[in-house]
Amino acid sequence: MSISVKDVEHVANLARLALTEAEKEQFAGQLSAILKYAEKLNELNTDGIEPTSHVLPLYNVMREDEVKPSLPHAKVMANAPEEEDGQFKVPSVLE
Amino acid sequence: MSILSPYETVIGLEVHVELHTKSKIFCGCSTSFGAPPNTHTCPICLGHPGVLPVLNRQAVEFAMKAAMAINCEIAEWCKFDRKNYFYPDSPKAYQISQYDQPIGRNGWIDIEVDGKTKRIGITRLHLEEDAGKLTHIEGGYGSLADFNRVGTPLVEIVSEPDIRSPEEARAYLEKLKAIMQYCEVSDVKMEEGSLRCDANISLRPRGQKEFGVKTELKNMNSFRGVQRGLEYEQMRQAEVLESGGVIVQETRRWDEAQGKTFSMRGKEDAHDYRYFPDPDLVRLHIDEEWKARVRASIPELPDARKARYTQEYGLSSYDAGVLTSSKKLADLFEESLKYTSDAKASANWIMGDLLGYLNANNLELDDVKITGQGLGEMIGLIEKGTISNKIAKTVFKTMLEKGGSPQQIVEEQGLVQISDEGAIIAIVDEVIARNPQSVEDYRGGKEKALGFLVGQIMKETKGKANPGLVNKLLLKRLKA
Repeated sequence: MSISVKDVEHVANLARLALTEAEKEQFAGQLSAILKYAEKLNELNTDGIEPTSHVLPLYNVMREDEVKPSLPHAKVMANAPEEEDGQFKVPSVLE
Repeated sequence: MSILSPYETVIGLEVHVELHTKSKIFCGCSTSFGAPPNTHTCPICLGHPGVLPVLNRQAVEFAMKAAMAINCEIAEWCKFDRKNYFYPDSPKAYQISQYDQPIGRNGWIDIEVDGKTKRIGITRLHLEEDAGKLTHIEGGYGSLADFNRVGTPLVEIVSEPDIRSPEEARAYLEKLKAIMQYCEVSDVKMEEGSLRCDANISLRPRGQKEFGVKTELKNMNSFRGVQRGLEYEQMRQAEVLESGGVIVQETRRWDEAQGKTFSMRGKEDAHDYRYFPDPDLVRLHIDEEWKARVRASIPELPDARKARYTQEYGLSSYDAGVLTSSKKLADLFEESLKYTSDAKASANWIMGDLLGYLNANNLELDDVKITGQGLGEMIGLIEKGTISNKIAKTVFKTMLEKGGSPQQIVEEQGLVQISDEGAIIAIVDEVIARNPQSVEDYRGGKEKALGFLVGQIMKETKGKANPGLVNKLLLKRLKA
């Protein structure tokens, strides 16, 4: 499977990345090479094998429903580029 | 849609219900409503790098309970996935959800519309985390993000496209709300956002099997809003089709104030969510023992309770339906029956005076102070003849507004019914003496005059005279 420039543009748009034409060409080639490498796995016969979602043999790792202290508000906002009314101010979102 | 319409409406609902755990689904921050912005947040729910979410066991059990209560099959194994999207309500830029292995599948609930029962299929119920709250600044200069709600556990319940009218949609939603309330997994308050509903709606020519093109409706913030939004959209689509146009598949926002739906442009290419298993969360295994334990914790649900009310107390199906539509109402009714055996009287007081008062004042049951015990005891006072039905209305209103026991209210306000014949005869004689014309009229065959005289006696006694005795004694005097 190979990745076209159009595929790159689609994924870049979803990831909000602005790419130059040269970068699109470059990434299309690199991503195709990666997929081609991964295609080797298709040579294995996986009939009757459940798809793997996690490689660890762990399951049901849970915590009890207990409230723990939250982060102090000043620390929460410490990295906010803009703040108003104790909230993160972001560019307006179109409805 | 009218039976005369050439189109059949097809609706499917997606309902989000916030689970009322104490802490969030993947961290220990509190889920309580109404805290100052961003004070219930931590590095995990803020999506800081390198943090590890850990699943809240209670959230899983609530989701299992909810799924079982709507007759879903429970998955033996399931996992969590990342749903990727950029929007400032989600600091991680993905939502942890369940994609192809939901906790529950293939459920159903029964709804009743126009006295007919209909089964609505439920495709799936899955567990996920809520997003934050955005406030749009007037004038469009920016938006403010409050992440307190991020990570509140939610279940999303997706119905089959089995719903055929906005009215059925509302009935489905009300039933779902009642079931979640009975299970005690959520506060299910639409106005606080703990129950939210999106709808898919399409029309097709009657008799056609294939579905028409659908639109997705958002922003319906009340049960009435859901019904009105769907009614509007149904009409809009019919008009487009009638005039030879085509329906565009899109998301539309319901505007309650304007009573219209509007296209939400810009959300169109947002549906490529690139789900993948969340590597931070290991799989969930639900064994038979765990299922059995959760199943045992499910209380009697609305349908079962309704059936019991018709059988045990002889209530009509409609009355039983109204009483069981809310768990608190049904609990109040049952509590009252510990103090009176007259179930019908209790049902009538609840459905008439109580619901009438709540509707007229736009209140919830939690806002009034009446107890089941108070109601039951008050019915007992009527039975004993201590108070009349009319006086009981005053007592009832006092219990709603101030609380207290009916006996005490009757004593404090001097509302005890006058059942002493001598006392009533004295007043009867007085009224007769003062209204010779009415007495004349009655004796001359004008039945209406009797009502006037009874009214005068009741006025004289401030409504406290035993009405049965008043009638009896007045007639006796008039016929003498």
